[in-house]
Amino acid sequence: MPELLLELFSEEIPARMQARAADDLSKMVGAGLKAAGVAFGESRAYATPRRLTLHIVELAAETEAVREELKGPRTDAPEKALEGFLRKTGLTKDQLEARDDKKGQVWFAVIERPGRQARDIIAELVPDVVRKFPWPKSMRWGAGDLRWVRPLRSILCILSENGAATVVPFEIDGIESGDVTAGHRFMGDGTFRVGGFADYAEKLRAQNVLLDPAERAAAIEEGMAALAKKAKLEIVPDLGLLREVVGLVEWPVPLVGEVEERFRSLPPEVLQTSMKEHQKFFSLRDPKSGQITGFVTVANIEAADGGAKIVAGNQRVLRARLADAEFFYHNDLKNGLESALEKLQLVTFHNKIGDQSSRIDRIRQLSREISPLVGADPDLSDRAAQLAKADLATEMVYEFPELQGLMGRYYAQAAGEPAEVSTAIEAHYQPLGPTAAVPTEPVSIAVALADKIDTLTAFWAIDEKPTGSGDPFALRRAALGVIRILLETEKRIRLRGLFAERIRGFEASETVADDLLAFFADRLKVYLRDDGVRHDVIDAVFRLPGQDDLVDVTARVRALQELLGSETGANLLAAFKRANNILTAEEKNDGVEYSLDPNPRLAEEAAEKALFAALDAADAAIGPRLDQEDYPAAMGEMAKLRAPLDAFFDDVIVNSENDIIRRNRLCLLNRIRVTMGKVADFSAIEG
Amino acid sequence: MPNSKRNLKKTVEEQAGEARPECFQEVIQRLNSYWGSRGCAVLQPYDMEVGAGTFHAATTLRALGPRQWAAAYPQPSRRPTDGRYGENPNRLQHYYQYQVIIKPSPPDLQELYLGSLEAIGLPLREHDIRFVEDDWESPTLGAWGLGWEVWCDGMEVSQFTYFQQVGGHDCRPVSGELTYGLERLAMYVLGVEHVMDMPFNPPDAAIPLTYGDVFRQTEREYSRWNFDVADTEMLLRHFEDAEVECRRILEQPAIDPRMSANGANVMAHPAYDQCIKASHLFNLLDARGVISPTERQAYIARVRTLAKLCADAFVQTEAGGGGETAARAH
Repeated sequence: MPELLLELFSEEIPARMQARAADDLSKMVGAGLKAAGVAFGESRAYATPRRLTLHIVELAAETEAVREELKGPRTDAPEKALEGFLRKTGLTKDQLEARDDKKGQVWFAVIERPGRQARDIIAELVPDVVRKFPWPKSMRWGAGDLRWVRPLRSILCILSENGAATVVPFEIDGIESGDVTAGHRFMGDGTFRVGGFADYAEKLRAQNVLLDPAERAAAIEEGMAALAKKAKLEIVPDLGLLREVVGLVEWPVPLVGEVEERFRSLPPEVLQTSMKEHQKFFSLRDPKSGQITGFVTVANIEAADGGAKIVAGNQRVLRARLADAEFFYHNDLKNGLESALEKLQLVTFHNKIGDQSSRIDRIRQLSREISPLVGADPDLSDRAAQLAKADLATEMVYEFPELQGLMGRYYAQAAGEPAEVSTAIEAHYQPLGPTAAVPTEPVSIAVALADKIDTLTAFWAIDEKPTGSGDPFALRRAALGVIRILLETEKRIRLRGLFAERIRGFEASETVADDLLAFFADRLKVYLRDDGVRHDVIDAVFRLPGQDDLVDVTARVRALQELLGSETGANLLAAFKRANNILTAEEKNDGVEYSLDPNPRLAEEAAEKALFAALDAADAAIGPRLDQEDYPAAMGEMAKLRAPLDAFFDDVIVNSENDIIRRNRLCLLNRIRVTMGKVADFSAIEG
Repeated sequence: MPNSKRNLKKTVEEQAGEARPECFQEVIQRLNSYWGSRGCAVLQPYDMEVGAGTFHAATTLRALGPRQWAAAYPQPSRRPTDGRYGENPNRLQHYYQYQVIIKPSPPDLQELYLGSLEAIGLPLREHDIRFVEDDWESPTLGAWGLGWEVWCDGMEVSQFTYFQQVGGHDCRPVSGELTYGLERLAMYVLGVEHVMDMPFNPPDAAIPLTYGDVFRQTEREYSRWNFDVADTEMLLRHFEDAEVECRRILEQPAIDPRMSANGANVMAHPAYDQCIKASHLFNLLDARGVISPTERQAYIARVRTLAKLCADAFVQTEAGGGGETAARAH
């Protein structure tokens, strides 16, 4: 069976777009072939800076003929129906066949599609794929109308079998498909013809192009490891950078260079960031001192001089970059965080919220309030909060925003601030991602919570909440941060009061605090979902009054879910629903609420009496367990209601003919709801 | 128009000058010679203060409309905030760009560009040349394009852009634009660490001059004026004057009574001069630190509005293909 080789050769494709584009090419061509009925085996796509390549094996040379019969309207049906059928099938009336059917004579359309050559199908498909290709950003060039990520220069498209290749002929905006491509831009030897995928990959390699990104990555890693070993240094791993560099070279040649002695006293993160962001260098670390003493740059060429000029040039650029970084660092150290803070305070944070000065004041105040709740020294938290944002106004963070917090820590250390303070300046931004570490030091926890709660309450107060389409101020991330810090460090904080006080400070309505708490409930659902916790169980707990301590809420939720997972729990829930349904219906019929205490002396049946006793016992037992926050035990006490409840519904008719008895029984149902309602709002639970 | 055949043919200077250039002016001369021999009209710098070579009317306005165009020129450019009193090895408030613009962008523009690097003494087999994604955007010109920054041994030496829009107009056909940072490139080729040490004319000239001999004095003076002395009220007034004049020019009726047969004479270029002026005045105000971040956006939007009006006007002119577009539309 033939195989397909397609190469779209262009000017340099942005590194970050290559992997996705290879994937899209494979998917789009695959979907097109499938839709046209062309069978094929494995499909693999590759990307280099200058080409997107697709290789599909075991391609059917042609599609099978298809015969399709479509049943239409009756022959005596109105003209309109027939017209519709003709439109749908694309046939004329004389092409239809009238056949006898159960209900009389019916029109049938018989459509026969002959098999088509795969070659013809591909010749139609590829131009369509190229024109519809979903590049994140595309452009026109020259005088043409075609859009591609950068100018598309040539197209190779061949079907090959047993060493013989034929071109799949088509043309896109003046570019004709062929069997020719080119090798490496500088090391290659012009254009060459290709007879199949194996020939293609082999010739590319001979012309200094490694087609497969995975092979280029492996070559870079191996090359770097060898260089590092020789220099007795270790590579600072950076997968993101590796992926990017793989997309910048067709023939990777790692070269090692040195960080000059005078720059080595800079914080290693500064060196790494500067080298990575500006130069796309990997950092080499001295395992003994921990200092960054070298770098690896990945060139795209085996230079005639072995790379001496390339390394010298890169070192020269690095020197200028690091001289800038050194200048910023020393200026910042000289000026100190206090002076940066003065500058920062004048900056507007958000035009409806105010400047950084008032923001910092709020975070300080809140850090103080939270400190005793998390075991932190309020004075240290206050100091940390005061300095936490100051590095935003330093020259280094202006240059490298990703070093925020970290630089503040270095500058605070240099100024002799207490260790708790300098640690908190960096750690208050944590957690930095959904799985990244949360702060663990009490002062860091206090400031981290204060910062996030201040942001959330401030944006809630001005009604700038996340929407389905956007969350420009990363408020979901802030809420998740609060949730993760509280749950992972098991810190007990009542959130509603904290929210309400902040929101009062912004002169917004008190209901905003409840709305923010509801947002936390939603975020908690998302967060606990991965743990298999049901969203309705969370709702059942949050609907109880005063639930704003997330550690407590979560403990109760977990105990409840555990109970509901058992047979007893499922039965208990069914009984609750039954009681609730009857009660709700009767209350609606009668137009009254049966919320009085039921009278045990009016109990007639044994099962009824037993239920009274069981409820008394449950009330007496559940309360203290809840107070002790022993939720599993509280659930256990509640579970004891199952048997009496089942017996009650089996033996007792609630709607007794005696109205007094009926009302008493309805009030008894209400008592079930009240007793179980101490543990959770079961009406929120589904199923 | 340049084509690959001509690309292979080297000029006499190139053959003679495969060796490294020896001074700053020789780099400019070689670029002039290279691009001149590849079909570009070698122009002189625009005679006004501009922030970048792109502002030259030969790029901004000529990128618009259907007519073919090919030009190359050095352009002194001013960025008042980059002034460092002549002390920083790399940063200047007045520096040079070399600009090439060809419309429509030829299929071998990358190869032509690489040829120019060889022409100024960077053999392609000894250096690591990379095209790294860079989307270009000029908020003041209402212009954007896609392309790359070109790296040589880890240093950005040029911007390479396919213009997609200028002054809010789609570019059809698309121009290819190259911008070389001349000092940086020349310093690298010449192996100089501090810009002021770079030989400006040949070191063996009767009177050898360095870049510092030519520009240290002016860098020092302009840095002071830019940062501390420029009269901000006057700058603001001039900004507003330029804005008013730009609009006034464009509001004139298209028909010029002095033209034979009452021909149209839309004054896109004089209006565009006022737009450039406003842009530079804004840069000076910015360097004086009197523009707040919120105001910044508003000023940029005001200049962009002028640039758009000028672009609207240019496409009505003969050079902007006004007649042709109209003819095609009918």
